[in-house]
Amino acid sequence: MDTNQLLTYVLFTPLIGAMLLLVFQREHEQEIRIFGLAISIITFILSLMIFAKFESLNPGFQFVLKIPWITNLNISYHVGVDGLSMLLLLLTTFITPLTLLSSWKSINKKVKEFTFFMLLLEVGMIGVFVSLDLFLFYVFWEAMLIPMYFIIGIWGGERRIYASVKFFLFTMFGSLLMLVAIIWLAVSAGGVVGHFTTDLIELYSVGPAAAKNFQNWMFLAFTLSFAIKIPLFPLHTWLPDAHVEAPTAGSIILAAVLLKMGTYGLLRFCLPLFPDAAITFAPYISVLAVIGIIYGALVAMVQKDMKKLVAYSSVSHLGFIVLGIFAMTQESIQGAVIQMVNHGLSTGALFFLVGVIYERTHTREISEYGGLAKIVPVFSAALLIASLSSIGLPGLNGFIGEFLILLGSFKSPVLNSWGFTVFAASGVIFSAVYLLWMYQRVIFGVVKNPKMEKITDMNAREVVVFASLLIFIVWIGVYPSTFLKVSDRSIARVILQVNTPHPQVDLK
Amino acid sequence: MTHYIYLTVLLPLLGFLVNGIFGSRIKNEKIIGWIGSGTVGLSFLIVVGAFFQTLGLPADDRKTIVTLFNWLNVGGLNINAAYQVDQLSLVMALIVTGVGFLIHVYSIGYMHGDKGFWRFFAYMNLFIFAMMNLILSDNFVLLFLGWEGVGLCSYLLIGFWYDKKFEKGTTGDAAKKAFIVNRIGDFGFLLGMFLIYSTFGSLNFGEVFPRAASFNVPVYIFNFIALFLFIGAIGKSAQIPLFVWLPDAMAGPTPVSALIHAATMVTAGVYMVARCSIIFASAPEILTIIAVMGAFTAIFAATIGLVQNDIKKILAYSTISQLGYMFLAMGVGAFTSGIFHVMTHAFFKALLFLGAGSVIHSMHDEQDIQHFGGLKKYMPLTYSTFLIAALAISGIPPLSGFFSKDDILWNTFANEHFILWLIGAATALLTAFYMFRLYFLTFEGKERFGQNNHPHESPKLMTIPLVVLAVLSAVGGFIGIPALFSGENGNQFENWLGPVFKSANTKLMVYSIHSNLEEIILMSVTIIGAALAIYFARYVYLKNPRLALNASTKFKGLYNLLLNKYFVDEFYDAVVVNPIERGSDRFLWRFTDVAVIDGFVNGTASLINFISGKIRKIQTGVTQFYAFIMMLGIVIALFWIIMSL
Repeated sequence: MDTNQLLTYVLFTPLIGAMLLLVFQREHEQEIRIFGLAISIITFILSLMIFAKFESLNPGFQFVLKIPWITNLNISYHVGVDGLSMLLLLLTTFITPLTLLSSWKSINKKVKEFTFFMLLLEVGMIGVFVSLDLFLFYVFWEAMLIPMYFIIGIWGGERRIYASVKFFLFTMFGSLLMLVAIIWLAVSAGGVVGHFTTDLIELYSVGPAAAKNFQNWMFLAFTLSFAIKIPLFPLHTWLPDAHVEAPTAGSIILAAVLLKMGTYGLLRFCLPLFPDAAITFAPYISVLAVIGIIYGALVAMVQKDMKKLVAYSSVSHLGFIVLGIFAMTQESIQGAVIQMVNHGLSTGALFFLVGVIYERTHTREISEYGGLAKIVPVFSAALLIASLSSIGLPGLNGFIGEFLILLGSFKSPVLNSWGFTVFAASGVIFSAVYLLWMYQRVIFGVVKNPKMEKITDMNAREVVVFASLLIFIVWIGVYPSTFLKVSDRSIARVILQVNTPHPQVDLK
Repeated sequence: MTHYIYLTVLLPLLGFLVNGIFGSRIKNEKIIGWIGSGTVGLSFLIVVGAFFQTLGLPADDRKTIVTLFNWLNVGGLNINAAYQVDQLSLVMALIVTGVGFLIHVYSIGYMHGDKGFWRFFAYMNLFIFAMMNLILSDNFVLLFLGWEGVGLCSYLLIGFWYDKKFEKGTTGDAAKKAFIVNRIGDFGFLLGMFLIYSTFGSLNFGEVFPRAASFNVPVYIFNFIALFLFIGAIGKSAQIPLFVWLPDAMAGPTPVSALIHAATMVTAGVYMVARCSIIFASAPEILTIIAVMGAFTAIFAATIGLVQNDIKKILAYSTISQLGYMFLAMGVGAFTSGIFHVMTHAFFKALLFLGAGSVIHSMHDEQDIQHFGGLKKYMPLTYSTFLIAALAISGIPPLSGFFSKDDILWNTFANEHFILWLIGAATALLTAFYMFRLYFLTFEGKERFGQNNHPHESPKLMTIPLVVLAVLSAVGGFIGIPALFSGENGNQFENWLGPVFKSANTKLMVYSIHSNLEEIILMSVTIIGAALAIYFARYVYLKNPRLALNASTKFKGLYNLLLNKYFVDEFYDAVVVNPIERGSDRFLWRFTDVAVIDGFVNGTASLINFISGKIRKIQTGVTQFYAFIMMLGIVIALFWIIMSL
């Protein structure tokens, strides 16, 4: 097998799977579930093969495949992975089978459509992470909105229509600005490379050469789009609604992968394409990130709905990642990259566990719970570990990311102030407050609701899902080198790209 | 044995995993209990082996580093999972595994019949694992892992009886409070690490401390580092203003209070300051603050201890007070004395707690000393060991507490802190008084418990640890006999720890210009004072019980102030907790998030809806149509671009 085609196999396996799924009869729900799961596992195994052959000492793109697509415009099917996207690609293919497994029982209407959309969603997500052409990237970025829209809109809760439309409009608003920016950039590239191009590798030499003013506008258009997706304060209000209304699988995918597209975009495009603008705006965006860390945590603290609490905690955690990216030190970006994975694992686990208990009790109101420790001990232990991972307890994954981000941002020459880190670090106090308070009210104390005496503990399927996440929660906490070394060189490359002076060209 | 020191970390971890995963299926308490105790016992033997091996080395050559694997290697940061065996970590390791083992064994008896028996031993072993990481680590990051880990175990064990009521709330409230207050301290500790890293370019002790001694760094940087680290220390070691979690931590089972909230974890802050002695010695202003805060905490907590009636509460405030002494020692640069007191305190305070546990066990979970009395004849072993511990903490020679406390007080005086010495000496008198108030009300005098209670001595598994600790409390001070008495050999304990604090002491240039006569006079003052305080307690609580009652009615205001612990908890609730909670709920969430931001979003949507209502003729409501329009727009845009090329 030609290794350069491997990435394309990973990308198209779920697409082919989704097409094949259409031949199944809709009554054969179990077969559909098994088929969907099998496809997603095959995709995961294929991505593991990429990981196995990935050379972490190489800072550039690997498994690159470039096929001309729209030749007049020099748009091509151009894919590849580097240290920044490798881990996120793995996270995506790892999380997808788990979400399918998590909704084995809870999704029992329109199973065929659900599985179809989930596989389609996976194509979109993988595509976003492997595209090396801005047009191709944009196609996947938008394409992924559609299945997500339907997943929330069809299998969601009571206010699912409001939530799905809000989700769609928010992201759409950002995307359109980005599209304008992409086109503008591609046109302007003519001034440097001599022709219209959306090829990222070519544009890497165009953007940094552009005049300050041009960079600023470009940077803001891209960043706004990504900031909505992340979501960065104050653009976050779509997230709690989307999470609360989405089915468990949707919430897990949303938290674990979709939000990371925003932070990935910052690293892949905003920093290396518009370095001067990035440095100019870094302190302002970091202020928003730090506000998000504290704000998200405080608002999470007073939530009465478990899912909303976890949703707001995402705002807080993503604030850490954005801070890490814009601090622009090796430590902080390394922390941000591993924290993207961490957040996927721990928040994914939290949403999964909230789903597990919701299936049994049909309520997410914290005040309805209490004393679960006695009734469902395995669930209680799982929730504790997931919470501790999210809190950033050393020895588990969350600590590695938060620590590196804060350590790096403290000494960041770009931010050049202790202030950011001092305020951001207060997040470690608040995260303990909101998660442990929820844990105490749900798990400790006495059983308030007699109906809850009868609920059953996690079954084998649910234990498998959680244990899969747990392996990596512990692995990253105890021996993070396996993962850190993957992104190390590519991060150094991004920092170099930002700091290399470019001769300025006056682009229009 | 030194090279196997990592086993003292891994064995308790193994015990945690075995009991944690299979514990619920092992029905036999003995097996669970001995797995839990055995791993700690084996660790103790390894530490003892390492101790003797290290003792055989020349004094300046007693540091060995054992590396397991590379943990974090990013940018300039290179952190190993590595353990440092030296004089200081060996002392701490001996205490943790030694006292830890005794408390584990005691717990087999104490926790007998509890439905969470396996869970208890799993958590206890996890605690030892974390604590060993804390004291053996050769870098700040691994230390922090242990630091947070012990906090977690403390959380789990305080909330161990999760369905039990505790005071105004539940054990869960107490557990959460402990973890969060500790996290406030950890916030400081983290900032300290960041500043150390950006100043010295490393977080490994072996690089940071020599650089701190030799680099030309402005004093204000040292002050900030020391201040940040000290915030961490006061959180963990329950000093003013972060002491509020420790009294509540008594919601946990009593062996937990003995191990975590008296003998080991709470002294982690003292250990950390001692470990970073060179940094603190370079920040003289902060050092003074530490001394003042320590002395103030010591007397503050002692006054609260005077009037409490819950046997564990009294011991908790006593612990806070004794930790204050240790910080006083650190603050005046008497690092050795501080660690010496960590050790003796571990012996007698663990013994006091275990003795209290034995009493509580025998009195069917009654903890109010007003409902005890005359227990001495029912529980001879508990009584006699408790008495030894009470004498030790009161500073009666030649018991262990006398030597360590006197060492601290003398160093305070010798370093020209007369007021702090006075506070320390006054605290010593208060300590002797409240300790013997507790002792007389519990073991002597009239029996004040009901007919249903049949007090009895505890089983051997519980009393043997008491006896061992009593021996240690009695003779443990002899390893630190002051130079005044031991002649030319000097203070053995000081000689042993000397090399660890060498550079800090050089920086502080500690030297004494005071005479032996002064030392003897001061020593006599505190001994006589403590003896009088004990006599006074006997007079008030044994001979003339009405006196205490009258005093409490006569000084009602003061009495209530002390009984309610100066209303510190209420103050924090009103000034910190409630405003944050209410502000987050009403201002951040309901106002900012829902009303302002979402109001703007939905308002825009409504506005568009209104406008589109006017031009709805072209809106068909068919999704495909919108998609078509969108594609059309893109095509037009592309066309325009191509044209302009």
